[in-house]
Amino acid sequence: MDEHWSAAAHHHLKAAGVKQIGYVPDGGLRLLIERCLGDNEIETVMCATEEEAVGLAAGAWLGGQKSAVLMQSSGVGNTINAIASLISSANFPFFAIVTMRGQWGEGNPWQVPMGQAVVPTLEAVGVKTFLAESPDAVEMMIESGLRMAYSTDTPVAVLVGQKVIGSKVWTAGKAVNQ
Amino acid sequence: MSTITLHRREVLGSVMAERGDTLFVSGLGSTTWDLASFGDRPENFYLWGAMGNAAMIGLGIALARPDRRVVVITGDGEMLMGMTSFSTIGAKHPSNLAICVIDNETYTETGRQPTATGRGTDLAAVASACGFAKTAMIRTEIEAKNLSRLLFREPGPVCAVVKVVDEDLPMSVPPRDGGYLKTRFRIGLLGEQTAVQP
Repeated sequence: MDEHWSAAAHHHLKAAGVKQIGYVPDGGLRLLIERCLGDNEIETVMCATEEEAVGLAAGAWLGGQKSAVLMQSSGVGNTINAIASLISSANFPFFAIVTMRGQWGEGNPWQVPMGQAVVPTLEAVGVKTFLAESPDAVEMMIESGLRMAYSTDTPVAVLVGQKVIGSKVWTAGKAVNQ
Repeated sequence: MSTITLHRREVLGSVMAERGDTLFVSGLGSTTWDLASFGDRPENFYLWGAMGNAAMIGLGIALARPDRRVVVITGDGEMLMGMTSFSTIGAKHPSNLAICVIDNETYTETGRQPTATGRGTDLAAVASACGFAKTAMIRTEIEAKNLSRLLFREPGPVCAVVKVVDEDLPMSVPPRDGGYLKTRFRIGLLGEQTAVQP
Protein backbone atom coordinates (compact mmCIF):
# COMPACT_ATOMS: atom_id res chain seq x y z
CA MET A 1 0.00 0.00 0.00
CA ASP A 2 1.63 3.20 -1.18
CA GLU A 3 -0.82 5.70 0.19
CA HIS A 4 -0.29 7.09 3.70
CA TRP A 5 -2.46 5.42 6.35
CA SER A 6 -4.29 8.69 6.94
CA ALA A 7 -6.20 8.21 3.66
CA ALA A 8 -7.70 4.94 4.83
CA ALA A 9 -8.29 6.35 8.31
CA HIS A 10 -10.19 9.30 6.89
CA HIS A 11 -12.18 6.98 4.61
CA HIS A 12 -13.26 4.76 7.51
CA LEU A 13 -14.13 7.69 9.77
CA LYS A 14 -16.42 8.94 6.99
CA ALA A 15 -17.85 5.51 6.28
CA ALA A 16 -18.70 5.04 9.95
CA GLY A 17 -20.55 8.38 9.97
CA VAL A 18 -18.19 10.33 12.19
CA LYS A 19 -19.22 14.00 12.17
CA GLN A 20 -17.06 15.58 14.88
CA ILE A 21 -13.32 15.31 15.43
CA GLY A 22 -11.72 16.67 18.60
CA TYR A 23 -7.96 16.83 18.39
CA VAL A 24 -4.72 18.11 19.76
CA PRO A 25 -2.07 18.20 17.02
CA ASP A 26 0.75 15.69 16.76
CA GLY A 27 3.34 15.23 14.04
CA GLY A 28 2.12 11.68 13.45
CA LEU A 29 -1.45 12.92 13.00
CA ARG A 30 -0.63 15.86 10.73
CA LEU A 31 -1.89 14.34 7.47
CA LEU A 32 -5.05 12.89 9.01
CA ILE A 33 -5.87 16.21 10.68
CA GLU A 34 -5.33 18.00 7.36
CA ARG A 35 -7.71 15.59 5.63
CA CYS A 36 -10.35 16.20 8.30
CA LEU A 37 -9.85 19.98 8.19
CA GLY A 38 -10.40 19.85 4.44
CA ASP A 39 -13.63 17.86 4.74
CA ASN A 40 -16.79 19.98 4.85
CA GLU A 41 -18.83 17.10 6.25
CA ILE A 42 -16.71 16.82 9.39
CA GLU A 43 -16.68 19.40 12.18
CA THR A 44 -13.17 19.67 13.60
CA VAL A 45 -12.51 21.07 17.05
CA MET A 46 -8.96 22.02 17.94
CA CYS A 47 -8.69 21.47 21.68
CA ALA A 48 -6.28 23.07 24.12
CA THR A 49 -5.97 19.84 26.07
CA GLU A 50 -7.04 16.28 25.27
CA GLU A 51 -9.44 16.16 28.20
CA GLU A 52 -11.63 18.64 26.35
CA ALA A 53 -11.97 16.25 23.42
CA VAL A 54 -13.48 13.62 25.72
CA GLY A 55 -16.22 16.02 26.81
CA LEU A 56 -16.78 17.00 23.19
CA ALA A 57 -17.22 13.33 22.24
CA ALA A 58 -19.86 12.82 24.93
CA GLY A 59 -21.67 15.99 23.85
CA ALA A 60 -21.61 14.96 20.20
CA TRP A 61 -23.22 11.63 21.10
CA LEU A 62 -25.87 13.35 23.24
CA GLY A 63 -26.64 15.52 20.22
CA GLY A 64 -26.90 12.52 17.90
CA GLN A 65 -23.48 12.50 16.24
CA LYS A 66 -20.55 10.11 16.19
CA SER A 67 -17.12 11.51 16.88
CA ALA A 68 -13.47 10.57 17.13
CA VAL A 69 -10.60 11.91 19.22
CA LEU A 70 -7.13 12.30 17.69
CA MET A 71 -4.22 12.71 20.06
CA GLN A 72 -0.64 11.82 20.83
CA SER A 73 0.16 9.26 23.52
CA SER A 74 1.24 11.98 25.97
CA GLY A 75 -2.29 13.38 25.76
CA VAL A 76 -3.78 10.12 26.99
CA GLY A 77 -2.60 11.10 30.46
CA ASN A 78 -4.78 14.20 30.26
CA THR A 79 -7.92 12.21 29.43
CA ILE A 80 -8.05 9.57 32.15
CA ASN A 81 -10.48 11.08 34.65
CA ALA A 82 -12.77 12.34 31.91
CA ILE A 83 -12.89 8.89 30.32
CA ALA A 84 -13.43 7.16 33.67
CA SER A 85 -15.99 9.51 35.16
CA LEU A 86 -17.89 10.45 32.00
CA ILE A 87 -17.44 7.92 29.18
CA SER A 88 -17.24 4.76 31.30
CA SER A 89 -19.63 5.95 34.01
CA ALA A 90 -22.42 6.70 31.54
CA ASN A 91 -21.59 3.99 28.95
CA PHE A 92 -20.85 6.40 26.15
CA PRO A 93 -19.38 5.01 22.95
CA PHE A 94 -15.91 6.48 22.41
CA PHE A 95 -13.30 6.16 19.69
CA ALA A 96 -9.76 7.54 19.70
CA ILE A 97 -6.75 7.32 17.41
CA VAL A 98 -3.55 7.68 19.43
CA THR A 99 -0.19 8.21 17.75
CA MET A 100 2.49 6.68 19.92
CA ARG A 101 5.66 8.09 21.40
CA GLY A 102 7.90 6.56 24.01
CA GLN A 103 7.68 3.18 22.42
CA TRP A 104 9.64 1.56 19.57
CA GLY A 105 12.77 3.54 18.70
CA GLU A 106 12.04 6.54 20.94
CA GLY A 107 14.94 8.94 21.31
CA ASN A 108 13.52 11.33 23.90
CA PRO A 109 13.57 9.95 27.45
CA TRP A 110 10.84 12.36 28.57
CA GLN A 111 8.38 10.56 26.25
CA VAL A 112 8.98 7.06 27.54
CA PRO A 113 7.09 6.93 30.87
CA MET A 114 3.76 8.18 29.49
CA GLY A 115 4.15 6.23 26.26
CA GLN A 116 4.63 3.05 28.24
CA ALA A 117 1.67 3.93 30.49
CA VAL A 118 -0.86 4.37 27.65
CA VAL A 119 -2.13 0.80 27.53
CA PRO A 120 -2.37 0.14 31.29
CA THR A 121 -4.03 3.50 32.04
CA LEU A 122 -6.55 3.29 29.19
CA GLU A 123 -7.40 -0.32 30.00
CA ALA A 124 -7.76 0.58 33.69
CA VAL A 125 -10.57 3.05 32.89
CA GLY A 126 -12.36 0.68 30.54
CA VAL A 127 -10.92 1.50 27.11
CA LYS A 128 -10.09 -1.40 24.78
CA THR A 129 -6.75 -0.72 23.10
CA PHE A 130 -5.50 -2.11 19.78
CA LEU A 131 -1.89 -1.50 18.78
CA ALA A 132 -1.29 -1.24 15.04
CA GLU A 133 2.27 -1.71 13.87
CA SER A 134 1.77 -1.61 10.10
CA PRO A 135 -0.29 0.64 7.81
CA ASP A 136 -2.54 -2.30 6.92
CA ALA A 137 -3.17 -2.97 10.60
CA VAL A 138 -3.99 0.72 11.17
CA GLU A 139 -6.66 0.56 8.48
CA MET A 140 -8.14 -2.71 9.72
CA MET A 141 -8.17 -1.63 13.36
CA ILE A 142 -9.73 1.75 12.66
CA GLU A 143 -12.50 0.14 10.63
CA SER A 144 -13.19 -2.59 13.18
CA GLY A 145 -12.57 -0.31 16.18
CA LEU A 146 -15.18 2.17 15.00
CA ARG A 147 -17.66 -0.67 14.55
CA MET A 148 -16.96 -2.00 18.04
CA ALA A 149 -17.18 1.44 19.64
CA TYR A 150 -20.46 2.39 18.06
CA SER A 151 -22.17 -1.02 17.91
CA THR A 152 -21.40 -2.00 21.49
CA ASP A 153 -21.04 1.36 23.32
CA THR A 154 -17.48 0.36 24.20
CA PRO A 155 -14.63 2.87 24.46
CA VAL A 156 -11.95 1.94 21.92
CA ALA A 157 -8.50 3.37 21.19
CA VAL A 158 -6.40 2.43 18.18
CA LEU A 159 -2.74 3.04 18.94
CA VAL A 160 -0.66 3.84 15.88
CA GLY A 161 2.79 2.53 16.71
CA GLN A 162 6.12 4.14 16.01
CA LYS A 163 6.91 1.42 13.51
CA VAL A 164 4.20 3.08 11.40
CA ILE A 165 4.79 6.76 12.09
CA GLY A 166 8.57 6.63 12.59
CA SER A 167 10.61 7.94 15.45
CA LYS A 168 12.57 11.12 15.86
CA VAL A 169 16.34 10.80 16.04
CA TRP A 170 17.82 13.60 18.13
CA THR A 171 21.21 14.92 17.22
CA ALA A 172 22.85 18.17 18.21
CA GLY A 173 21.16 21.07 16.45
CA LYS A 174 18.31 19.20 14.78
CA ALA A 175 15.76 16.45 15.03
CA VAL A 176 15.00 14.28 12.03
CA ASN A 177 12.21 11.81 11.45
CA GLN A 178 13.32 8.29 10.62
CA MET B 1 -15.33 44.40 45.05
CA SER B 2 -18.99 45.01 45.86
CA THR B 3 -20.95 42.90 48.35
CA ILE B 4 -22.59 39.79 46.93
CA THR B 5 -26.37 39.81 47.36
CA LEU B 6 -27.89 37.59 44.65
CA HIS B 7 -29.28 34.14 45.47
CA ARG B 8 -28.62 31.37 42.94
CA ARG B 9 -32.03 29.69 42.93
CA GLU B 10 -33.87 33.02 42.75
CA VAL B 11 -31.82 34.24 39.80
CA LEU B 12 -31.98 30.95 37.92
CA GLY B 13 -35.61 30.42 38.85
CA SER B 14 -36.54 33.78 37.37
CA VAL B 15 -35.37 32.71 33.89
CA MET B 16 -36.59 29.12 33.81
CA ALA B 17 -40.09 30.09 32.63
CA GLU B 18 -38.43 31.13 29.36
CA ARG B 19 -36.27 28.05 28.81
CA GLY B 20 -38.67 26.37 26.35
CA ASP B 21 -36.95 23.36 24.79
CA THR B 22 -33.43 24.53 25.69
CA LEU B 23 -30.95 21.69 26.16
CA PHE B 24 -29.13 21.93 29.50
CA VAL B 25 -25.89 20.52 30.85
CA SER B 26 -25.16 21.06 34.55
CA GLY B 27 -21.79 20.83 36.27
CA LEU B 28 -21.39 18.36 39.10
CA GLY B 29 -22.46 19.37 42.59
CA SER B 30 -24.45 22.49 43.38
CA THR B 31 -25.43 23.39 39.82
CA THR B 32 -26.80 19.89 39.23
CA TRP B 33 -28.94 20.30 42.38
CA ASP B 34 -29.96 23.77 41.14
CA LEU B 35 -31.06 22.52 37.72
CA ALA B 36 -32.95 19.59 39.22
CA SER B 37 -34.75 21.93 41.64
CA PHE B 38 -36.63 23.51 38.72
CA GLY B 39 -38.07 20.17 37.65
CA ASP B 40 -36.53 17.09 36.08
CA ARG B 41 -36.84 16.84 32.28
CA PRO B 42 -35.21 14.77 29.51
CA GLU B 43 -33.49 17.85 28.10
CA ASN B 44 -31.35 18.11 31.25
CA PHE B 45 -28.03 16.24 31.23
CA TYR B 46 -26.79 16.38 34.82
CA LEU B 47 -23.17 15.67 35.57
CA TRP B 48 -22.32 13.72 38.70
CA GLY B 49 -18.62 13.64 37.87
CA ALA B 50 -16.25 14.66 35.05
CA MET B 51 -15.30 17.90 36.75
CA GLY B 52 -14.09 20.44 34.20
CA ASN B 53 -15.95 18.92 31.26
CA ALA B 54 -19.38 20.60 31.37
CA ALA B 55 -18.60 23.36 28.84
CA MET B 56 -17.10 20.96 26.30
CA ILE B 57 -20.08 18.60 26.56
CA GLY B 58 -22.18 21.65 25.78
CA LEU B 59 -20.01 22.41 22.76
CA GLY B 60 -20.41 18.87 21.40
CA ILE B 61 -24.20 19.11 21.68
CA ALA B 62 -24.25 22.63 20.21
CA LEU B 63 -22.22 21.55 17.15
CA ALA B 64 -24.38 18.47 16.63
CA ARG B 65 -27.62 20.46 16.91
CA PRO B 66 -27.17 24.00 15.59
CA ASP B 67 -30.97 24.28 15.47
CA ARG B 68 -31.24 24.08 19.28
CA ARG B 69 -30.11 26.37 22.09
CA VAL B 70 -27.67 24.75 24.50
CA VAL B 71 -27.05 26.19 27.98
CA VAL B 72 -24.36 24.96 30.37
CA ILE B 73 -24.94 25.85 34.03
CA THR B 74 -21.90 25.25 36.14
CA GLY B 75 -20.00 26.46 39.18
CA ASP B 76 -16.88 28.57 39.50
CA GLY B 77 -14.72 25.64 40.63
CA GLU B 78 -15.88 23.42 37.77
CA MET B 79 -15.31 26.19 35.23
CA LEU B 80 -11.86 26.98 36.62
CA MET B 81 -10.90 23.35 36.08
CA GLY B 82 -12.15 23.50 32.48
CA MET B 83 -10.92 27.02 31.77
CA THR B 84 -9.01 25.97 28.66
CA SER B 85 -12.35 25.17 27.06
CA PHE B 86 -13.07 28.93 26.94
CA SER B 87 -10.24 29.16 24.42
CA THR B 88 -11.56 26.22 22.38
CA ILE B 89 -15.15 27.48 22.41
CA GLY B 90 -14.06 31.03 21.59
CA ALA B 91 -12.20 29.74 18.54
CA LYS B 92 -15.08 27.50 17.40
CA HIS B 93 -17.63 30.24 18.08
CA PRO B 94 -20.94 28.36 18.24
CA SER B 95 -23.80 30.86 18.08
CA ASN B 96 -26.21 28.54 19.96
CA LEU B 97 -24.14 27.93 23.11
CA ALA B 98 -24.33 29.84 26.38
CA ILE B 99 -22.41 29.16 29.58
CA CYS B 100 -23.79 30.37 32.89
CA VAL B 101 -21.32 30.27 35.77
CA ILE B 102 -22.96 30.38 39.18
CA ASP B 103 -20.05 31.91 41.08
CA ASN B 104 -20.12 31.74 44.87
CA GLU B 105 -16.32 31.89 45.05
CA THR B 106 -16.36 28.56 46.87
CA TYR B 107 -15.75 24.85 46.33
CA THR B 108 -19.12 24.20 47.97
CA GLU B 109 -19.27 20.41 47.93
CA THR B 110 -15.83 19.81 49.40
CA GLY B 111 -16.20 22.00 52.46
CA ARG B 112 -16.50 25.57 51.24
CA GLN B 113 -12.87 26.21 50.47
CA PRO B 114 -12.28 29.47 48.58
CA THR B 115 -11.78 29.48 44.80
CA ALA B 116 -9.62 31.83 42.77
CA THR B 117 -12.68 33.76 41.54
CA GLY B 118 -12.71 35.52 44.91
CA ARG B 119 -9.01 36.26 44.60
CA GLY B 120 -8.73 37.92 41.23
CA THR B 121 -9.92 35.56 38.48
CA ASP B 122 -12.80 37.10 36.52
CA LEU B 123 -14.26 34.24 34.44
CA ALA B 124 -16.34 36.60 32.28
CA ALA B 125 -13.20 38.54 31.43
CA VAL B 126 -11.41 35.29 30.58
CA ALA B 127 -14.23 34.28 28.24
CA SER B 128 -14.17 37.72 26.68
CA ALA B 129 -10.42 37.51 26.14
CA CYS B 130 -10.97 34.13 24.45
CA GLY B 131 -13.27 35.68 21.85
CA PHE B 132 -16.76 34.94 23.18
CA ALA B 133 -19.43 36.94 21.33
CA LYS B 134 -21.01 38.18 24.55
CA THR B 135 -19.97 38.07 28.19
CA ALA B 136 -21.46 39.56 31.34
CA MET B 137 -20.65 39.77 35.04
CA ILE B 138 -23.95 39.90 36.93
CA ARG B 139 -23.92 41.26 40.48
CA THR B 140 -27.23 43.12 40.92
CA GLU B 141 -30.92 42.42 40.45
CA ILE B 142 -31.02 44.95 37.61
CA GLU B 143 -28.16 43.16 35.83
CA ALA B 144 -29.88 39.83 36.49
CA LYS B 145 -32.80 40.96 34.37
CA ASN B 146 -30.55 40.44 31.33
CA LEU B 147 -29.89 36.79 32.16
CA SER B 148 -32.80 35.30 30.23
CA ARG B 149 -31.80 37.14 27.05
CA LEU B 150 -28.16 36.19 27.53
CA LEU B 151 -28.84 32.51 28.06
CA PHE B 152 -31.65 31.90 25.59
CA ARG B 153 -31.53 34.50 22.82
CA GLU B 154 -28.25 36.40 22.53
CA PRO B 155 -26.05 35.08 19.67
CA GLY B 156 -23.27 33.03 21.23
CA PRO B 157 -20.98 31.94 22.43
CA VAL B 158 -22.21 33.65 25.58
CA CYS B 159 -20.67 33.52 29.05
CA ALA B 160 -22.72 34.98 31.90
CA VAL B 161 -21.14 34.86 35.35
CA VAL B 162 -23.57 35.39 38.22
CA LYS B 163 -22.02 36.30 41.57
CA VAL B 164 -24.13 34.62 44.27
CA VAL B 165 -24.00 34.34 48.03
CA ASP B 166 -22.56 31.17 49.51
CA GLU B 167 -25.52 29.52 51.22
CA ASP B 168 -26.86 26.17 52.31
CA LEU B 169 -29.70 25.02 50.09
CA PRO B 170 -31.72 21.83 50.00
CA MET B 171 -30.22 19.23 47.65
CA SER B 172 -32.58 18.40 44.83
CA VAL B 173 -31.32 15.06 43.64
CA PRO B 174 -31.96 14.04 40.02
CA PRO B 175 -31.39 10.53 38.63
CA ARG B 176 -27.72 9.55 38.97
CA ASP B 177 -27.57 6.69 36.45
CA GLY B 178 -25.44 8.17 33.69
CA GLY B 179 -26.54 5.63 31.10
CA TYR B 180 -30.18 6.45 31.83
CA LEU B 181 -29.61 10.21 31.67
CA LYS B 182 -27.72 9.85 28.38
CA THR B 183 -30.30 7.62 26.70
CA ARG B 184 -33.23 9.67 27.99
CA PHE B 185 -31.62 12.84 26.61
CA ARG B 186 -31.05 11.17 23.22
CA ILE B 187 -34.58 9.75 23.02
CA GLY B 188 -36.00 13.19 23.79
CA LEU B 189 -33.86 14.81 21.13
CA LEU B 190 -33.68 12.16 18.41
CA GLY B 191 -36.69 9.94 18.95
CA GLU B 192 -36.55 6.42 20.30
CA GLN B 193 -35.70 4.61 17.06
CA THR B 194 -32.65 6.75 16.24
CA ALA B 195 -31.57 7.05 19.87
CA VAL B 196 -31.42 3.38 20.68
CA GLN B 197 -30.62 1.92 17.24
CA PRO B 198 -28.19 4.42 15.74
